[in-house]
Amino acid sequence: MSFIDVFKNIPQAELQLALYSTTPQQVERALQRPRGNLDSLLALLSPAAEPYIEQMAAQSVALTRQRFGANLGMFLPLYLSNLCANECDYCGFSMSNKLKRKILNTAELDSEIQLIKAMHYDSILLVSGEHETKVGIDYFSNVLPQVKRHFNHIAMEVQPMSIMDYATLVEQGLDAVMVYQETYQRQTYAAHHTRGKKKDFAYRLETPDRVAQAGVDKIGLGVLLGLDDWRLDALLMGHHLAYLEQQYWRSRYSISLPRLRPCTGGIEPKVVLTDRGLVQMICAFRLFNHELEISLSTRESPALRDNLFPLGVTHVSAASSTQPGGYSNPDTELDQFDISDDRSSRQVANAIMQKGLNPVWKDWERAWM
Amino acid sequence: MLKIADVEFSSRLLTGTGKFRSSTDMLAALSASGSALVTMAMKRLDLAQGTEDILAPLKQSGVKLLPNTAGARSAKEAVFAAELAKEVLGTNWVKLEIHPDPKYLMPDPIETLKAAQILCEKGYIVLPYIHADPVLCRRLEEVGCAAVMPLGSPIGSNQGLITADFLRIIIEQSNVPVIVDAGIGAPSQATQAMEMGADAVLVNTAIASSPQPEVMARCFASAVQTGRDAYLAGLGVVSSHAVNTSPLTGFLTSGS
Repeated sequence: MSFIDVFKNIPQAELQLALYSTTPQQVERALQRPRGNLDSLLALLSPAAEPYIEQMAAQSVALTRQRFGANLGMFLPLYLSNLCANECDYCGFSMSNKLKRKILNTAELDSEIQLIKAMHYDSILLVSGEHETKVGIDYFSNVLPQVKRHFNHIAMEVQPMSIMDYATLVEQGLDAVMVYQETYQRQTYAAHHTRGKKKDFAYRLETPDRVAQAGVDKIGLGVLLGLDDWRLDALLMGHHLAYLEQQYWRSRYSISLPRLRPCTGGIEPKVVLTDRGLVQMICAFRLFNHELEISLSTRESPALRDNLFPLGVTHVSAASSTQPGGYSNPDTELDQFDISDDRSSRQVANAIMQKGLNPVWKDWERAWM
Repeated sequence: MLKIADVEFSSRLLTGTGKFRSSTDMLAALSASGSALVTMAMKRLDLAQGTEDILAPLKQSGVKLLPNTAGARSAKEAVFAAELAKEVLGTNWVKLEIHPDPKYLMPDPIETLKAAQILCEKGYIVLPYIHADPVLCRRLEEVGCAAVMPLGSPIGSNQGLITADFLRIIIEQSNVPVIVDAGIGAPSQATQAMEMGADAVLVNTAIASSPQPEVMARCFASAVQTGRDAYLAGLGVVSSHAVNTSPLTGFLTSGS
């Protein structure tokens, strides 16, 4: 049993129809009982919920503060490599892109670690393109101990792996795995992933099951907003989340809501997600799941991020570089995508405090895990 | 006076250090609460870098710190956290909390009992956070816990004493102090716990997440005192019908 068994019975066309025929009465009912209710999530993600956005935001703020207090967890991505054996038309790392390719060696990794530690971070997200042979389990097993010596919390956003490989990395101190489905709509998925292992929709969809079975503490889901109808993708991600929580009660869950950003050779979004839509999605997920971690990256502008900090997000990155070696050599143009908020981590921390919130750098202890 | 493992505390309100907007807010609230025992998550302490150190101002404030094992998912992790606390803070007191379920943060009774036994044998003063389970409280008392900390409702939920019927049994049976922990969202609920005979309550979210933590801390302090005083004074018996003075048997005592 994995999510694919559940997924094939989800009536996507019906759900899409329901999303666009939701009535204000259904939204009002959803606002009464949003928690853990997929019908309510549908209503809150629908266009009919847009006039209720202020009410949703008020509930979202209150629920988020009750659960997470004034805390916003700070993390930073560390790009290990930009090699990739996939062809994805929205991503700067795609194999056909004429881009200088790089894998960090021990010395380069150390230099990145030192610079990131100087910014006070203790929670790191290791990122790589998907290249199983050159940047696979052997490489990750080599670098993980080096990284764990300096950071209490390690998340990874790399290619999907086997249960055994995840279990090996857990032994070495891996705490979280982010694996984004990009889109839950098969045809759209096929259109954007044209070469490489990532073409395999089902293998990717089953990855969170494997991550959970390997005993990874936290699992991150995400869709790339702009590839297709975001309301439907968000709703299907809600179904995925509900399934996982039901199956794997020891795991912690987070979601990311990345909007398509400009990159080398990149595409234009098919469906534009507005700021209003982004806020609606954050609030809908908070009302649906009070404990869910919601992560906000530097893809968004400083002004928007400052406004989103109190609304329901729980984890924030700042001063990110999206290329391997980017903290040591910022201008080598190996980026996955252009970031939008380029403020320093100190400036972002100050912006967070101005909102009456508390940037938390350390919330995990590797010594006893 | 509240007495836990031969230490006397002037206040029956225990508080926490999580969820505050800033350490200034936290210190003001702790001071207003009058709390003499304050819990703190070991996982939050950055011993290597010392960034956003919440420890220094707490130490300065003079409250007794009760390190907790939040984040631990098994007995093994919790024991390690307690040992770390002892090494770093020089205290053998520990609030034992083990929740493998990250959603509702329900305490794991099996791992908690296991860890409590190990830590008590090693000489720790163990205060376990548990479900309101009377038998588990007995078992924890038997392995040497200095107090028990049953929950009123899910942690951080502000739902009050939804376990009231079981708390009553625990309070009746316990030979160690009973500290009602988790779920107390309003001063009136703290009063209710104290009126029932709880030895103390622990309140964090309701204070830390209040728009005015300092004011709310003061409210809880007086609510706890009120509940305690009422308990000691003796509450009247609740009756479903009006009772006038001995209408049926008055003749037995009336001097005729």
